[in-house]
Amino acid sequence: MNLVNTFFNIPILIDTFPLLLSGLLVTLEIGVTSIVAGLAGGLFLALVRLYGPGPVPFLSKIYIDIFRSIPLLVLLIIVYYALPFVGIRFSPFVSAVVALTLVSAAYTAEIFRAGIEAIPHGQFEASQALGLSGRHMMVDVILPQAIKIVIPPLTNNCINVLKDTALASVVAMPDLLKQATQAQALAANPTPLIGAALIYVALLWPLVAIVARLEKRFGKDKRP
Amino acid sequence: MTPLIKISNLKKAYGAFTVLHGIDLDISEGEVVCVIGPSGSGKSTLIRCINRLEAFSDESSIIVDGVTVGPGKALAKVRAEVGMVFQSFNLFPHLTVLKNVMLAPMRVRGAKPAEAERKARDLLTRVGIATQAEKYPGKLSGGQQQRVAIARALAMEPKVMLFDEPTSALDPEMVGEVLDVMKTLAGTGVTMVVVTHEMGFARQVADRVIFMDGGRIVEQGTPSEIFDNPREDRTRSFLRSVLDH
Ligand SMILES: Nc1ncnc2c1ncn2[C@@H]1O[C@H](COP(=O)(O)OP(=O)(O)OP(=O)(O)O)[C@@H](O)[C@H]1O
Ligand SMILES: [Mg+2]
Repeated sequence: MNLVNTFFNIPILIDTFPLLLSGLLVTLEIGVTSIVAGLAGGLFLALVRLYGPGPVPFLSKIYIDIFRSIPLLVLLIIVYYALPFVGIRFSPFVSAVVALTLVSAAYTAEIFRAGIEAIPHGQFEASQALGLSGRHMMVDVILPQAIKIVIPPLTNNCINVLKDTALASVVAMPDLLKQATQAQALAANPTPLIGAALIYVALLWPLVAIVARLEKRFGKDKRP
Repeated sequence: MTPLIKISNLKKAYGAFTVLHGIDLDISEGEVVCVIGPSGSGKSTLIRCINRLEAFSDESSIIVDGVTVGPGKALAKVRAEVGMVFQSFNLFPHLTVLKNVMLAPMRVRGAKPAEAERKARDLLTRVGIATQAEKYPGKLSGGQQQRVAIARALAMEPKVMLFDEPTSALDPEMVGEVLDVMKTLAGTGVTMVVVTHEMGFARQVADRVIFMDGGRIVEQGTPSEIFDNPREDRTRSFLRSVLDH
């Protein structure tokens, strides 16, 4: 019984639940903002990497490689603690979103690129032969087909971004993890941490299940 | 009369390997030209240069209806006037048959949806696919898909139609329906350049037959000149090899 009282103390859980929920809200705000910005940035990076003029594709590749190599925690600490030395000062929220977006865009770019490259060459040729402009070819022909291919890996990336929001607690962002650790200190009991873990799982498990189903479905009707 | 397509000194190489050795070819408006020749002789490369799906050497020139085919703005104009039908159909699998045919007129010519749809249904009727308009390409047979591809190209009202072995990917029983559509089309005065292994079609429909080998035009003439009285040995041995089959 001692174990239950220590790790799963119901009264403490009820007491701290509102705090945890407010943390969840912050987590979702950081996560969703970063995911949306990362999608836009990633699509842009993928397109300029594939079709940009002159040195642009190379620069895009450099960006993608760097931001896929750097540990997110290191990047976050640089953005929040190092940039102020050169006069750039972001709030904890903006710091977290900036760091997550920079990295998510790099991963998303590679996902989009793979999706576009998976479209058969004949689709590009047929579009060009019809006289479609590059923009119409992408918007009307290539991207609608690529979307199907990239949805499972993009969903996977969403899961990673949502998980990585927990790092924001390092820069004093009152996200789910931060609220849980504070509640733990206050109550002198680890139950809020367990509660936070359960909330993460409840949030992400459905996404994980969706990815598995999507991968199975799209794996089945592979194009010829 | 100036030719509709004027190809001068067309050269194309992949690295050190020369695919086209300076081809000169004029095609008049309304002419139906069939290009025959062994595999690897450069037939596809030749017609893919006409709408610049393949880039070619700077010393070469191709002029289509007065517009020089080169990189840049004019290319869009050329491509709008030149329709192409591929061996592998290349229909857009995420769009219905109808939308496949409507897309380019709306995006390139700025056609209104209602007008584009009316014309698309017209064309689908002409190629005998009217009842399949709402289906996706994947649900159609190869022969039907290729007829949709022809309608899709015709929707741009091109001056020239290029065909690259349009029946080679088809089951034998579907070849006829596609060739029939092409025969009808040839009768309407559209300029056609057809790469084909269908010698019967070439003999019956072509105004001129071009025999290519090794990246050169070896011989050209009317179907009866090429098929009944070929002058070149290479033409004779090629025809013997395909007609024996
Ligand atoms: N992308 C490429 N890179 C290198 N060589 C190529 C490329 N495309 C074509 N070739 C070569 O160019 C030559 C001509 O090819 P092309 O496709 O024009 O021939 P073809 O007459 O259409 O033959 P087929 O009847 O087999 O279609 C061939 O030897 C081919 O191997
Ligand atoms: Mg070929």
